[in-house]
Amino acid sequence: MITFILNNKTIKTSEHSGITLLDFIRYEQRLTGTKIGCREGDCGACTVLVGTLRNKIIEYQSITSCISPLGNAHGKHIVTVEGTNLKNKLNTAQEAMKANYATQCGFCTPGFVVSLTGFALSNSEKNYNNALDAISGNICRCTGYKSIEKAAHQVVEKLQNKKVTSFKRLIDNRFIPEYFESIPQQLEAIQTKELNQPKGKIVSGGTDLYVQQADNLIDNGVHLIADKDYLKGISIKNKTCTIGSNATVTDLWNHVELNQLLPNLRKHLKLVSSEQIRNMASFGGNLVNASPIGDMTIFFLALNSEITITNLEDKERRIALKNFYQGYKTYDLKDGELITNIIFNLPTNDTYFNFEKVCKRTHLDIASVNSGIYLSVENETILEAHVSIGGVAAIPKYLQETSAFLKGKLLTTQTIIDANQILQKEIAPISDVRGSSDYKRLLARQLFFAHFTELFPKQCNLNDFVQHA
Amino acid sequence: MHKNKSNSELDTKQDAVLTALKQSIKNLDSYTHVRGESLYVDDVNIRQGTFHAVVFDSPKAHGKIKNIDFSKAKALEGVERIFTYKDIPGKNEIGGIIADEPLFAEHEVHFWGMPIALIVAKTEFIARKARELIEIEIEELSVITTAKEAKAKGSFINAPRSFSLGDSKKAFKDCEYIFEGETFSNGQEHLYIEAQGAYAEPLENGNIKITSSTQGPTAVQKTVARVLGLAMHKIEVDVTRLGGGFGGKEDQATPWAVMAALATYHLNQSVKLILNRHDDLRMTGKRHPYESTYKIGLTKDLKILAYEAEFLQNSGAAADLSPAIAERTLFHATNSYFVPNVTTTVLSCKTNLPPNTAFRGFGGPQGMFVIESAIANAAHGIGVNPRQIQEANLLDENDTFSYGQIAKKVEAKNSWNSAKEIYNSDSLQREVEEFNKNNNAFKKGLAFMPITFGISFTNTPMNHARALVHIYLDGSVGISTAAVEMGQGVNTKIMQIAADVFSIPISKIKIETTNTTRVANTSPSAASSTADLNGKATLMACNSLLDRLKIVASEDLHSSEKNISLKDEYVYVNGKKTELSWTELISKTMLKRVALTENAHYATPEIHFDKTKEKGHPFAYHVYGTAIITTTVDCTRGTYEFDSVKIVHDYGKSMSKGIDLGQVEGALAQGIGWMTMEEIAYNDEGKLLSNALSTYKIPDIFSIPKEVEVIPLDTEGHELAILKSKAVGEPPLMYGIGAYFAIQNAIKAFNPNYNLKFHAPMTPEKVLMSLYSK
Repeated sequence: MITFILNNKTIKTSEHSGITLLDFIRYEQRLTGTKIGCREGDCGACTVLVGTLRNKIIEYQSITSCISPLGNAHGKHIVTVEGTNLKNKLNTAQEAMKANYATQCGFCTPGFVVSLTGFALSNSEKNYNNALDAISGNICRCTGYKSIEKAAHQVVEKLQNKKVTSFKRLIDNRFIPEYFESIPQQLEAIQTKELNQPKGKIVSGGTDLYVQQADNLIDNGVHLIADKDYLKGISIKNKTCTIGSNATVTDLWNHVELNQLLPNLRKHLKLVSSEQIRNMASFGGNLVNASPIGDMTIFFLALNSEITITNLEDKERRIALKNFYQGYKTYDLKDGELITNIIFNLPTNDTYFNFEKVCKRTHLDIASVNSGIYLSVENETILEAHVSIGGVAAIPKYLQETSAFLKGKLLTTQTIIDANQILQKEIAPISDVRGSSDYKRLLARQLFFAHFTELFPKQCNLNDFVQHA
Repeated sequence: MHKNKSNSELDTKQDAVLTALKQSIKNLDSYTHVRGESLYVDDVNIRQGTFHAVVFDSPKAHGKIKNIDFSKAKALEGVERIFTYKDIPGKNEIGGIIADEPLFAEHEVHFWGMPIALIVAKTEFIARKARELIEIEIEELSVITTAKEAKAKGSFINAPRSFSLGDSKKAFKDCEYIFEGETFSNGQEHLYIEAQGAYAEPLENGNIKITSSTQGPTAVQKTVARVLGLAMHKIEVDVTRLGGGFGGKEDQATPWAVMAALATYHLNQSVKLILNRHDDLRMTGKRHPYESTYKIGLTKDLKILAYEAEFLQNSGAAADLSPAIAERTLFHATNSYFVPNVTTTVLSCKTNLPPNTAFRGFGGPQGMFVIESAIANAAHGIGVNPRQIQEANLLDENDTFSYGQIAKKVEAKNSWNSAKEIYNSDSLQREVEEFNKNNNAFKKGLAFMPITFGISFTNTPMNHARALVHIYLDGSVGISTAAVEMGQGVNTKIMQIAADVFSIPISKIKIETTNTTRVANTSPSAASSTADLNGKATLMACNSLLDRLKIVASEDLHSSEKNISLKDEYVYVNGKKTELSWTELISKTMLKRVALTENAHYATPEIHFDKTKEKGHPFAYHVYGTAIITTTVDCTRGTYEFDSVKIVHDYGKSMSKGIDLGQVEGALAQGIGWMTMEEIAYNDEGKLLSNALSTYKIPDIFSIPKEVEVIPLDTEGHELAILKSKAVGEPPLMYGIGAYFAIQNAIKAFNPNYNLKFHAPMTPEKVLMSLYSK
């Protein structure tokens, strides 16, 4: 039985764990405030909150329920817009939306309200930028967002810039209804046993599988692994970082030490989908999805990562990520094998890392071209280089020859221009809906240049590249 | 000194806007919207035994159907029945303007996504699985995807239309400068977040009730009746609200409602048909792509003396609303400018795309993009700033439009000059130039975009509406009109009108669903004129009721009805409050057997248009405004951001300032989206490539301009606008056109070799390619 708390009600259901949480909420529970906009996590109209109990404290995250398997709700608190409603009055996020004219047709509105409530409940700092991140996965076609920005400002104001917000404080300030206070007890009381998992397609976050083949997953069994703790966690030991394949992009985003070591980490991760999706999407999933344009894959390729693969007998093998991919959507993984973690060396004082991505829309979009670079530089000499690039080959591409060329060279404009010549030979972009091959070639060059203007603004500038290239 | 003066003026105006926003009425649906309690078609409680339907559509853009095998699909457990054209008891015809569109393909398919059959099953999931099991054999015929190709092959929807004023051929001889060129503007997906859908229920005696997400309830009713071979009175269409429409549900909400009704007709069971997003994107039409050519001639002092343009409209596989949209392209071909010699022609080209349809602006934006391109090209050629040409040609009082209407109460120059002054545009321009001098990796661009947009359905007979107002015996009020609420706030405005006339609180007023049994034979909620038409009808109905109430009150209070007024739920005599309350007055009226219900009919006066001469006075009035758009282009990556959009907009006397500002901001974002990131792509076989939200991107919260300022233009308003509050739905979309030219100006600042191109949208791909073109 899948057991969870939906708003203030305990749900026990023997429904198929592979149906979407959205369908269950709307059509079995008749909670119609959660809307269907796209069924691929791209509009946010179906946003709900997931509360997870950890050490008697509940952490809430927003997700898009359209691409989330019902089974992943097991043992959780799921909050829909109805679950944020107060009796006969508006909650603070709702009041802010109303007062600022931030609702027109109303169809996307519940999603925004839930995201803003999730922001209030989250442990992020209560500033305007974080509020915007919280609604970054919500699309509105009516308002042009200026009124929604004002509503977000009002919500931030009401939270008075405090970081941690207790249930009591949020209840007193009309952000959430009173029943939230009883949720930790309720969650303990339902004491969920681990779900009996059928054999079937292995699904973690499901953020790509449910976009590509939802009907198929509903029809056939799914084997959910998102809750498997042994696949989670980020650990740092001896200048090496190990990330469980079940860790989410948000886990990386929130990791204090990693953010110190990679100061631009959040800037890079902000280019990866939306907060709702980052809360679900796992690294393992991104790797085995094998999209030639997968953001996190390109990111880890540039970090020259290795992956650990475990088979059914728990035997482990470790390979370089760059050797994992064999062709379009094919890779070195045998039946029963699972990627368990990703390992990479952490940057030091002499190393530099950058990630670039360009798409039609800067946020919540799939790249036309994305690229990562890792450089170790001493005395103007490149000691080590790893360059990766997506969207220009059948696989997420590690630029073997470009990287090798850079190694040992002086860091000069000419080196970079020459390296680009090699890069251009290594890539083979095709024309598709994300751009023509000519465009992708030019963009590959530009993003390669951008790595250097970003990392070495004193030595490198666009003008020099353009004039000499 | 000038700058300071201007800034303080701006501050004062901004303060006034903020104060007005605090006091202004909120959308009456806000409360249920934010609580997730507003009901849309997919939310209505469905009856026991309801079936669910999925459409089977053509997997090819053009061809002959050789064979379809439904046997496997029919055999799937849970499938109730599959309907095709053979099951249609009436006519297999859903065309509105021209009868050229079948509900289901018979022997040929004309576009990829053309409905062929309807699968009805116990659940949507089963119906979708059944769809996978249908086998179809199509003998492919040649596919046309572009308007140019269609023109070359002589494939048209109807005869071309031409407007002319003066003699452009002759006038070109007197021009100092002449420029010619080509432009392209792409289509645009509506992307209402609520997809198309309908729910049909059988009533007694073979009557059918349809809950539909449509802007045109009468269009649904009429078409269902035609297809089922029933009288219209047997069909009831009810609309609570839409989760966005933007024109996409004016005509194209109809087929899904008809299909659901057809299945209900045969099965005598309720049937729900909600398109999933992919089906919606693939099967429905969009804003029309236009390929156009122009010739513009100017005098030495930059006056546009002659303008010629030929617009090739990519209409898709059937007429839909294309002829009307083509017409509006001609109406707005000269935008805010007076050109004495004009010849414009539009050809509705028949292609193998889904029939393209209404989208906010309705052909107007496509026409305006061409003349703005012509001006930009001319300015580049002459070596002046485009705004000099724009400014030199702005429309003036008593100028004649190419369709014969004399421009009255013109605000083109007023809005332009106000924008210049309030926002200190000279200093904005200097800041841009200064920035570009000092930066290489980033360049800024600035563009002005004036707009002039005519209000009324250009098809004069459509400009009417009715309102049915009941005062219930407890003093509460219920109002039905033809207006469909889709987020534009029309219901709120109608409520305001009634509250104002009766002087009662809005809590005493309810706006009913839009229902064909209460208000019949309606025009769709479109052309920005819904509030004008339905508001005026409401005003008439309320005033008639008020007159009757005054007579009752005057008898009761022994005074002349001329001395009676209503204020805050009490009757006043000669401005003095009496004991007689609103509720008591209603009771007394009831006891005197005086009708507490009124039905009023409004038809816009003054307007007319003669299509044989292509001259007349089609618009009740025009809406004006000017936007100044500033962008920053990242010259390394080819991406861009909008720093600011500064607008002076002609609202007339806005009756709902918050709602109207929302319309301006929302339309602007859509206009910018159309000009920048929203890229519809079909392949040569006519298959939609931008077929999901992962491949078709609309603006998100990070991509909209950092700053949007909208200052109301100080004007008198217009009597034909409801309470002098001008229509606001469509006009501001065209401010977005300025985004294209702002980006282009930034590109020019980076790349002196760049050859101007007028090919929208200006995607990051086009920007990067242009930045580095040689």
